[in-house]
Amino acid sequence: MATTTLTLKELSKKEDRFTHGHRMCSGCGAPIVVKQLMLASDFPLVVANATGCLEVSTCISEYTAWKVPWIHNAFENAAATLSGVESMYRSLRKQGKIDKEIKFVAFGGDGGTYDIGLQSLSGAMERGHDLLYICYDNGAYMNTGIQRSSATPIGADTTTSPVGSVIKGKTQPRKNLTRIMAAHGIPYAAQASPAHWRDAISKFKKALEIKGPKFINVIAPCNRGWRSSTDDAILLSRAAVDTCYWPLYEVEDGVTRITYVPKEKKPVEEFLKPQGRFKHMFAPGNEHLLAQFQAEVDREWDRLNREAREQTPEKA
Amino acid sequence: MAKVVAVTGNEAVANALRQANPDVCAAYPITPQTDIMQRFSGFVADGLVNTELILVESEHSAMSACVGASAGGGRVITATSSQGLALMWEILFIAAGDRLPIVMPLVNRALSAPLNIHGDHSDGMGARDCGWIQLWSENAQEAYDNTLQAFRIAEHMDVRLPVMICLDGFIISHSIERLEYLDDAEATDFVGKYTPLYPLLDVDHPVSYGPLILPDLYMEYKRAQHEVMTKAGKVVLDVAADFAKVTGRNYGLFESYRLDDAEIALVILNSAAGTAKDTVDEFRGKGIRAGLLKPRLFRPFPYREVAEALKSAKAVCVLDRADSFGGFGPMYMEIASAMMLNGAKPLLINKIYGLGGRDFLPEHAELVLSELAEIAKSGAVRTFKEYIGVRE
Repeated sequence: MATTTLTLKELSKKEDRFTHGHRMCSGCGAPIVVKQLMLASDFPLVVANATGCLEVSTCISEYTAWKVPWIHNAFENAAATLSGVESMYRSLRKQGKIDKEIKFVAFGGDGGTYDIGLQSLSGAMERGHDLLYICYDNGAYMNTGIQRSSATPIGADTTTSPVGSVIKGKTQPRKNLTRIMAAHGIPYAAQASPAHWRDAISKFKKALEIKGPKFINVIAPCNRGWRSSTDDAILLSRAAVDTCYWPLYEVEDGVTRITYVPKEKKPVEEFLKPQGRFKHMFAPGNEHLLAQFQAEVDREWDRLNREAREQTPEKA
Repeated sequence: MAKVVAVTGNEAVANALRQANPDVCAAYPITPQTDIMQRFSGFVADGLVNTELILVESEHSAMSACVGASAGGGRVITATSSQGLALMWEILFIAAGDRLPIVMPLVNRALSAPLNIHGDHSDGMGARDCGWIQLWSENAQEAYDNTLQAFRIAEHMDVRLPVMICLDGFIISHSIERLEYLDDAEATDFVGKYTPLYPLLDVDHPVSYGPLILPDLYMEYKRAQHEVMTKAGKVVLDVAADFAKVTGRNYGLFESYRLDDAEIALVILNSAAGTAKDTVDEFRGKGIRAGLLKPRLFRPFPYREVAEALKSAKAVCVLDRADSFGGFGPMYMEIASAMMLNGAKPLLINKIYGLGGRDFLPEHAELVLSELAEIAKSGAVRTFKEYIGVRE
């Protein structure tokens, strides 16, 4: 990957195509993801947005933070909607009515992507549309007030998986959507974190250059839902990577490659401790919840490493 | 030169879609519509159209992709029936709210449960309030003609709204009838070229589709939608007048059949209207002043014109091939509203018929007309709403 050409100095000269003035909460991870995508692209873009925080906060009445063509249709259908836009593009280009090269990007939160939008996303990926779908994963339905989704980590306290006297938060581990998307056999699927900006921007850049359907899952801390400080988005998205809760990797043409291996795999407590949604896990008597979380992370990290090793092309 | 053929309703509609040469089509199979999209896929495979075909994984995605494609800036079609329309329901409102001129044949079929694949109007009536223009068709010829006209109506700069063309499942979609096709060149010329309006793909002039609009402005948007709908009736008539010039076939907002001096009248949609017209003739033969009104444009509904057309009637029966359980049939409610406008107060009864493809027979029309004749004479109504052609 050509990560070396990305410098902050060079990136700071680029036009801001996602402007200030939107109404995302201060300290939200999602607009950082959008900004990094915009910095990665030199192409004209058309953006589709699933209903969610990012959508309701960035295009209200006559105002928009988007300096690119933007469409919001509904909650579960950003991928299908964008597949329609992209098909119209191919049709008009084939007929000689458009000559520009345009790239297509969809943004959805984890609710709109892992849950209600999974069918629409799966269909668009299978059909081979030339588009990039980016999920900003904050691990719950944050826009409606922090309800559990299939991306919510095990044990997390949400408004629909509350910590009660009998049940202690979410009882199921999260769905591994990046793996599910890679299993579609699409040319590119990856996981990224805003803290590792060079890695993230490189993945966005690469994905935009590849023809066909692409999927990138980006962790996006939500201080309201995670009950953390408003200046913790980067710290937490780094801790997620360093604890191997959110490994950075890509699956290109079926080959899995871990793009960042932490020098020292940190215990999950470093990711969990600053977040109020996991507070109960640190109470005496709940040690098994922490152990369960660590075991879940270890299992997935080991599996990913095994896959990456097995798929590494033999060196001559 | 018109070409006379023997074709099914589905084949006729598929050919109208081919002649309109859409830029994008999203397709998903459902009985009895499947045949339309199957045939259209064949036209794409043979290079007869410029269309990019999106073979989606559900009707929800079909309408979602249509919204994206239409916002993109070109002519867009799909087709569906029954459960498919029900699954699209959420996005139907968005297509209309975003003012996207999508054209969609709806091959009318019953809704579950119980599961039934045959024709009734529950699907189209269920989409009554979604902001789409609805044209209803008695036979294959009307379905074909309505489809060609739908593009002109939807894409008209005073309208820019989606249009659905309704035809009865199996009874029309799968029966072979005599039909006059327009020549391809004539049809293409009639439909005209698509003019984009605020295309999303114009990257030099970025636009936003689907913003969040809160109580400060939402109602103004909805009023604008109401206002444009009220103008659509005129465009429907203008397009019909142009169509008559090309084909000699005349269309209005509805068809009045022997209604001028009618004392008793039926209001009935689609294929069953054809059956009922024969019975009206029989009654006329017996010296009974019977007539029939067959709505064509159901949304926007031409209340004043319908009220005027039914003004001489003493007793009217609205036959509904759908029910609003706990209420009257959907068409009955429209006719009752229309009657309020000119103060005419015929005795207005409602019969529910033909659900799930149950045959509507001349004897049914005969029973209803006889009952109306009795009501007109006595002024007494036995029951206002009743199921007919049903086993006891």
